[in-house]
Parts: sequence; structure tokens; C-alpha cells
Amino acid sequence: MPEWLQLASLTDVLGTTLRLSIPIAFAALGGVIAERSGVWNIGLEGMMLAGAFGAALGVFLTGEPLIGLLVGMLCGMLLALMLAVLAISLGVNQIVSGIAINLLSIGLTAFFARLIFGLDATTRSLAGFHDWPIPGLASIPLIGPVLFNQDPLVYLLYLLVPLLMWVLYRTPWGLDIRATGENPNAADTAGVPVFTVRYLAVIASGALAAIGGAYIVLAQVFVFTEHMSAGKGFIALAAIILGRWDPIGAVLAALLFGFCDAVQLRLQFANPAVPYQIFVALPYVVSILALVGFYGRVKPPAASGIPYRREAK
Amino acid sequence: MARAMELLFATRTVWAVVLALLVGSILILSAGANPIEAYRVLFGEAFFDRFGFGTTLVKMSPILLAGLAVAIPLRAGLFNVGAEGQIYLGALFSSVAALYLPEMNAILHLSICVLAGMTGGALWALIPALLKTYRGINEVIVTLLLNYVAIHLVSFAAGGPMMEEGAPYPYSAEIPSALFLPLILLPTDAHAGVLVGLVLALILHVGMHYTSFGFAMNTVGLNPQAAQYAGMPVKRQMILAMMIGGALAGLAGTFEVLGVKYRLFHNFSNGYGFDGIVVAFMASANPILVPIAALFLSGLKAGAQLMQRAIGIQSTVVDAIQGLVVMFVAASLALRFQDTVWARILARRREAEAAVQGERSNA
Repeated sequence: MPEWLQLASLTDVLGTTLRLSIPIAFAALGGVIAERSGVWNIGLEGMMLAGAFGAALGVFLTGEPLIGLLVGMLCGMLLALMLAVLAISLGVNQIVSGIAINLLSIGLTAFFARLIFGLDATTRSLAGFHDWPIPGLASIPLIGPVLFNQDPLVYLLYLLVPLLMWVLYRTPWGLDIRATGENPNAADTAGVPVFTVRYLAVIASGALAAIGGAYIVLAQVFVFTEHMSAGKGFIALAAIILGRWDPIGAVLAALLFGFCDAVQLRLQFANPAVPYQIFVALPYVVSILALVGFYGRVKPPAASGIPYRREAK
Repeated sequence: MARAMELLFATRTVWAVVLALLVGSILILSAGANPIEAYRVLFGEAFFDRFGFGTTLVKMSPILLAGLAVAIPLRAGLFNVGAEGQIYLGALFSSVAALYLPEMNAILHLSICVLAGMTGGALWALIPALLKTYRGINEVIVTLLLNYVAIHLVSFAAGGPMMEEGAPYPYSAEIPSALFLPLILLPTDAHAGVLVGLVLALILHVGMHYTSFGFAMNTVGLNPQAAQYAGMPVKRQMILAMMIGGALAGLAGTFEVLGVKYRLFHNFSNGYGFDGIVVAFMASANPILVPIAALFLSGLKAGAQLMQRAIGIQSTVVDAIQGLVVMFVAASLALRFQDTVWARILARRREAEAAVQGERSNA
């Protein structure tokens, strides 16, 4: 039997897959909500970074990972609010708005990180979430250690996916969101507050992307480094498309990218003679290939990317 | 009053920048320094000191070219957020040409290096262009992802096959000194790349405004359906716009190798491709305005380093200000004069004047 098929090794790869896909999954879920309401959120990357920064800030000041998470979410929501003002109220092109948000986030987090944490920040480890084995479930072979011996944020994701499915497809709110994204004119005529729905959806997406970023700090590396989101927000954009603007699909796509990342890490360790950078590029390449393979079969929400303006009086 | 507002409107990008600098001064205050002093040092060093201005020009070369690399596709309605990756590919191709071709006439070799770099960037831009035109895949996502692929690819090359023996971190051997770009402001490091950028901005301005090629590109960007109906090759124009953008970014990377570093370093670009986005926005994708925006931004960046040394404010404050600039410029673009109360007042004034004129001529 090849080495990678042995149980311990497989558990290891799958566990790593899950951990690496969590940040992308949260951001992609956020992106699904925003896009379903008609706002294309290129700013996910910046919001993740803001979440990571906020998390580090909260933990740095209080030592409490939970406070870190909340501060991170707050930072992400603030950026999302700015995106909403630009893209929804002012009607600025959504791509331009998103890029502006990303650049703003990179600049502000780098500035405040040096100001608050100091230059030696990367050498000091912050407090974070610890693994929380679920009694009973965690001892199932393979599935147990992979799925149920994780930190609380992973369990939060497990709860979030069915919750979002329910909200999006089974509640009046979800109907409002989808209507706003498909045909804001009709929604507006029917009395749906289009602008409010889009604002809330974008702010929610900021909060979720921020959790993704916070996860990197609170459960993976325990430090904040400049531009640490490193394109995960952009991979999340690919995951949204690949997952066909659906919460479950987006998480599955995120898992695929997490798997690529886990595989490339193993390849790195297995081939120390080959410069590792060639493997690091793998998840990005796979994201592009996945887009090429799956694009166009399912259409995005019809009004996604188009600023809504009420008809002139 | 209304006319004054019209003028304010025409220059709204400038006001957006001023506003960004004002908000930036809050950041400088929060870092415990005097904003007026900080800006005085920053702009004084960047523009009125020979060495400082040299540093500004060194940064202006890639930022100007990257700005053009974003602006040209923008005219055809495409977002090239992949200039960063194209810069890396340009540097990779040109340094391969510089290091591994047999010895030859220096001018010929230099031309080959430049062509190779432009080809590298153009080919890297061809990927999103083809995916966009033939499969309808959003070019924004593809170019963003390709940036990371390109950065890692160059790290791989500089840390693997091309790595200099015994180098402490990934970089290649030095290119032959016959290929070094001429310096233009001795004794500073400013090189001729920025002059090439200026000439190209002028050429592109003429090309976009006074040739049928530029007209077709603008039409494709403004209204692809109309362009199609008028018989313009929409897909070909889009692909060409993207490849021209890629070639310009590739040139930026080439000049970083031939003019500044003289080697292929890993992670050499410091986000010049993203500065290009800022510059293109500030210039409203107008090639002739790109050098002005690029000069401002490179001054901001060069000055920031000197400011950090002089008064100890972290140069990252400039990254934050840069983000604010994009934010405010983006917001200012949304304001259209026709939508404002001042436009209506001006229109009423004109009507009133016309009415008065009419009465007079009747009398």
C-alpha cells in the first residue's frame, strides 16, 4: 500500500485539508451572500486581512481569542460598510470599489500593525483557540480526528452552512436577498428595501470574511504579518463561482482548494531538493483550471455587479 | 458660484487626493508626529532634493509603466489587475535573455532582452484575455490569481534553476554590465526607463485619441454591442488591449532587472502592479495623465522612506494613504456633475439668460 494511503497519513492530509480550507470557506460563504444580493465583493481579500488584523489586535490587548474574533469581525464589517457606501449608495463600479477596499486594507493594517504591535510582532506568539475534541465523535477512526477534533471556529462553520442554506432558501429574508440579486427593480416594486438588503448582505459578508481571516491568526499561525491573507480572498472568489453561488457548493469548492494546499505541503516535504515555491503556486493554478473547467454552466445572479439606481423621478 | 462648482468638479480627483492626505495626517498624528512637518519632509525630499528625486524617478519607471498597463485595457473595458504578475514574467523573460544568450553586440542584446520581457508580460496577459473572450471567465479573478502564480514562478526560478551559487536567498547571477540601462541623473540611481515610459505615454495618448485603432478600442470599451454592430473586431480588440497592457507591465519588470537590480531577485516588485491600478484610476485611464499620477505616487513612496529615516514615522503610513487615495478617487468618480444640484442651477441660469435674450430680441 502506498505511503499516503495509510490511515495516519490520510488522516493527516484530510485534517490539514480541512484546516487550510476554513479561511477560504468563511470568505466564500460571505461572498455568496453578497453576490446573491447583487454585489460582487472583490473586497473579500481586504476584509479577511482586516479580520486577521482585528483578531491579532483583540488578542494582543486582552489575551482573549473570543474578543479577538469579535474585534476582527468588527474590522471586517467596517470595511464592508465602506464598500457598501461606495458600491451601493454612490454606485461606483463594484470592481473598482472592491480593489479600493483591498488596497486600503493592506495599507491600514500594515500601518497600524507596526504602530501597535511593534517591529518584533512576528516573533511573539498570540493566544488562540485550542482543539476541542467532541466527546464520542472524536474517537471514530479517520472521520473523528479529521472532523471532530478541531477548534471552535471549525464547528462554527459546520453550524453556519445549514443555517445559511435555511436562511437563503427557506426564509423571507433569503427570498429578499435572492430577489434583490436577480431583479432589483421587481424587488423594489414589490416593496423589498433593495438598498437595505444589499447593505446588510455586504456587511454580513464582511463579517464572515473577517472570521476567515481571524481563523488564520487565532488557529493557524498565532501572529499577524503584513498581507497575510496572501490571495485567499481571491481564491474564495473562485470558490464562489465553482460552488455556483450556493453555500454548500462554495464550502465544497473551498475544500477542494484546501486539499490542493495540503497536497502541495506534502509535496514540499517529500521533495526538499526542489525549490518549494513551485508547489506553493499549485492552489492558485488549480483555482484557475477549475474556473476554466466549470465556468458558464451556471449563471451568476442576474443583477450581480450592477449598481442599482431607482428610476429617475 | 455654480461655475466655480463646475471647476471644482472637473478637478475632483485632485480634491480626492487632498482629502486622502488630510485623513492621512490623522494617521500621522496618531503615530505621534506633526503632519505638516511630516509632509514637508516627505514632499521636500521626494521632489526638491537631488537624491530624493532620483529615488522618485527610480520608482516612477515601474509605476508609470504599470499605470499604462492598467489604463489601456481599461479603455477597452477590461480590468487588468494582473500587472503585478506581468511585471514578474517580464523580468523573468528578460533576465533569461540577458543571462543565457551567447555573447553579441550590446545594442542587439539589449533589444532582445526588452522584446523578451515585453513578450513575457504580453503572454501572461494573453491567458486572461483568451479566457475572457472565448470562455467568458471574469478577467479580474484570473489576473488576481495569476499574480500569485507569477510571483511564485519567479521565486522558483530565482531560487532554483537560475539561483546564483552560494546566494543567501533567491537571486540570479548578475547580468552583463553592457546591458545596464544608462543612468540619467548622476550620481543617483535614476535610469532611462522612466524616459521610455514618458515617450510611451505620449505615443499611447496619440494612439488612443487620433487613430482608428484607438477609436475602435474606446468604442469596444464604451459599448461592445455597438462596436460589434459597426463591424469592429470586438474580441480581437479586447485581446490586443490586454496584451498591450501585459507588454507594458513586462517592460516595467524588464527595466527593474536592467536598470535597478541587475539580477532577477525573488519578490522584487513591492506591489508596483497594484500601484499601477491606483495610478490608472487617478488618471481616469487617460495615458497622458498617467505620468502625472505616477510622479505623485512615486514621490509619495520615495518620500515616505526618507521621512521614516528623518522623523521616524513608519513608511507604511504611505500605503495607508495610498489606500485612502484610491477610496476617495473611486468615490469622486461616482459623482457626476449632471446629477448635482449645481448642475441644475447652472442649467436654470442658462435658461433664464436665454429667456432674457429672447425677450430682448423680440423687443
